[in-house]
Amino acid sequence: MTKKKEPAQAFAKSASYNQWREGVYSTQRERRHSFKSISFRDQPELVTAENGGDFDYQRDLGYPGEYPFTRGVQPTMYRGRLWTMRQFAGFGTPQDTNRRFKYLLEHGQTGLSTAFDMPSLMGYDPDNARSMGEVGREGVSVSTIEDMDTLFGGIALDQVTTSMTINCTATVAFALYFAVAKRRNISFDALGGTIQNDMFKEFIAQKEWISPPAPSVKLVCDVIEFCASSAPKFNPVSISGYHIREAGATAVQELAFTIADGLGYVEHCLGRGMNIDQFAPRLSFFFDVHNDFFEEIAKFRAARRLWARLMRDRYGAKTDAACKLRTHAQTAGVSLTAQQPVNNVARVAMQALAAVLGGVQSLHTNSMDETLSLPTEDAVRVALRTQQIIAEESGVTNVIDPLGGSYYIERLTTEIENEALAYIHQIDALGGMLKAVEIGFPQKEIAEAAYQFQLDIDAREQTIVGVNKYQEGGEQDIPTLKIDHAVECEQIERVKAFKARRDPAKHKQALRDIEAACREDRNVVPILIDAVSDGVTLGEVSDIYRDVFGVYTDPGML
Amino acid sequence: MTTTETKRPVRILIAKAGLDGHDRGAKVIARALRDAGMEVIYTGLHQTTEAIVRAAIQEDVDCIGLSILSGAHMTLFPDLLEKLKKEGADDIIVFGGGIIPKDDIEQLKKLGVREIFIPGTHTQDVISWINTNVPTQE
Repeated sequence: MTKKKEPAQAFAKSASYNQWREGVYSTQRERRHSFKSISFRDQPELVTAENGGDFDYQRDLGYPGEYPFTRGVQPTMYRGRLWTMRQFAGFGTPQDTNRRFKYLLEHGQTGLSTAFDMPSLMGYDPDNARSMGEVGREGVSVSTIEDMDTLFGGIALDQVTTSMTINCTATVAFALYFAVAKRRNISFDALGGTIQNDMFKEFIAQKEWISPPAPSVKLVCDVIEFCASSAPKFNPVSISGYHIREAGATAVQELAFTIADGLGYVEHCLGRGMNIDQFAPRLSFFFDVHNDFFEEIAKFRAARRLWARLMRDRYGAKTDAACKLRTHAQTAGVSLTAQQPVNNVARVAMQALAAVLGGVQSLHTNSMDETLSLPTEDAVRVALRTQQIIAEESGVTNVIDPLGGSYYIERLTTEIENEALAYIHQIDALGGMLKAVEIGFPQKEIAEAAYQFQLDIDAREQTIVGVNKYQEGGEQDIPTLKIDHAVECEQIERVKAFKARRDPAKHKQALRDIEAACREDRNVVPILIDAVSDGVTLGEVSDIYRDVFGVYTDPGML
Repeated sequence: MTTTETKRPVRILIAKAGLDGHDRGAKVIARALRDAGMEVIYTGLHQTTEAIVRAAIQEDVDCIGLSILSGAHMTLFPDLLEKLKKEGADDIIVFGGGIIPKDDIEQLKKLGVREIFIPGTHTQDVISWINTNVPTQE
């Protein structure tokens, strides 16, 4: 028998990445002309030790719970405690949302998160003409201490942590919540939670505002200052990239602008003479989790390292706590499609997995129907179950930062960190975030990226299943939540009756006190807690802000 | 009445009414329409329907594209149509975009909103629709 001749290439080994790339890979065909992330990032076909970039374990990773926190902010991560499953909820009257809160707690949710309606978010009571058609629609209507009390009726404020997504009227929502606690004899020390209270990103992306940037930032920092002295377990700000990303930013822009927003608050607080190691530990963050799986994981890791380095090296923080970037995450609302909406369950699951592999502290998973309306109970339950499946079935929580050390992930983490830092230097050169926002720098960058993305979708450079590929035509019908118009009438009556019941002398004095605090540039928070207890409403405080600080209008740049 | 040899460009007002701050879609559409040769005016956010009608008349637009993602569409669209009518400007074509459920779209069309585009719409579809449905010749 003659021996068969071995083919020349069997078990061939390239001696280096370059040799493999030139000698082997380049002789093959690729199915696309380019491979880009959702953020227009060119993706390498392979990362090895040779093209993984300059990487030093001790310097760039370290151990979980240790500076620079790349691998996570806690030593045990999800082996110690799972992330908080916190579904954002709010619609209709305070009673309606109170029922939803209890439903979520009954189904194993571990923290509350409040969505307010547009009038509450923009500083109008339900009986204001500008609230017409919007009361209780995108969130819950809250304008008085009674509303806040009802919203958390039967819920022990010292037993749950509560997140409130509210910004230009955050001082008021914060005061209402704390006033309710006071009324229930709960000490401020016992209150845990987070108020979003991030005005920079409002001007950049979400666009809910009352007054111009400078006084808006002052109000943000009033809450930071108050919590640093009087509410040690409450996060006074959630520095948010979510809205920036949803408005069309790339992953790097989201990270850069969010970190730069944080630096803006840090600088304002330092300007007040506050100590970084006292207030920085309570600065919390909130990022989006979009479709591009690895880019998102790398973004969270880069975020922690970048923030830690800036806090220590730029601001001289001396404690670990001041350098830890703790973050909430939400799956990308903008990635959901109205077409074939059940597909959204799959998108959300993968985004949520990326958030967990990225090491977040708290997570909201969107419901499949959120591109059509606020979510139904059934849809929310699937979203919550998705988190529980990741947490308790998939096994990904068993090992800390399981992707750490991957050539690709580490290279991507470093690239994203460096690119974000370059943006931060650009913002520094403009004079900091306040100036950058005033001249519309981040706004323009985001609008540009949003337009580029749409062009890519239109040209099918980026695929959205069911939208520009695999379309079915005709819409899949799923049940949606309808908000009855009666909610608006009910809330208008309720606020009118509340106003009629107040002690007029006390109320008038309270309004004067708030105005004086604003004019004299004092911290408004303690005054507001008393004022809302005396019946001042959210709309009334906002009117004082409009009067004293002025009204900001959209420059309407395209 | 004069007739023009060449069609003049469509003049269009992209408007954001009410309190919601979602302007990504409005801005992307405004840019796409401008790139397609239309004359686009953007109101900026948080406009009242009165202000939108006033701007539409002052700017002498052919159509208004109203973007709403706050759920207030069943209030704000009818309100806009009514105010246009009151000002004798109901020849201005109104279309819309945003997160608007199917049942509401049908109802809004009955009320006189000519088209509603939902998320996922190809910008070329909006451009074509305007070119077909918005007459510009006097």
